Amino acid sequence: MPMAADEIAGLIKAALPDAEVTIRDLAGDGDHYAARVVSSAFAGMPRVRQHQLVYRALGGRMGGELHALQLETAAPSTENE
Amino acid sequence: MMSDATSRIDGLVKAKPVVLFMKGTQLFPQCGFSSRAIAILDRIGADYDTVDVLQDQEIRQGIKEYSDWPTIPQLYVNGEFVGGSDIMMEMYESGELKQLVDGETQA
Repeated sequence: MPMAADEIAGLIKAALPDAEVTIRDLAGDGDHYAARVVSSAFAGMPRVRQHQLVYRALGGRMGGELHALQLETAAPSTENE
Repeated sequence: MMSDATSRIDGLVKAKPVVLFMKGTQLFPQCGFSSRAIAILDRIGADYDTVDVLQDQEIRQGIKEYSDWPTIPQLYVNGEFVGGSDIMMEMYESGELKQLVDGETQA
């Protein structure tokens, strides 16, 4: 079952309340998304840990019902890097 | 305590300085993300081994727990998990990946 973009954003925001989440449906099929997540929780954290936080927020759906999610994460202060 | 799968994975991860766990082989990647990972490693001239997770269900599941990372491909440099294809692309674009791979393979 594909996931709706709103559902993905909702799960991320539930775990990271300050997050700014932008989701793009890459193929228009509700199955291949790109997400950009900006949250202060990422400050000073290596990229792998940042992505792990987002995957954890998705509660095991990543790699299962959510096949493809290109992920980009940033802390607010590094936004323009 | 390490399970059999974990100790097998541990051995594979540490067998070479640069190891990519992927779907398919270097010549015939079976997934766009794995294909992208191969293209990046080839572009930076990396000397690397690949492990085809589609050939081994135990490794396919186990590698996700090993790294606490839900997707394939997964890149390891000197036994350390570096990231999946998105992180590889970011690090390729910033030059960090070549630096990391060159540094480790010379050491």
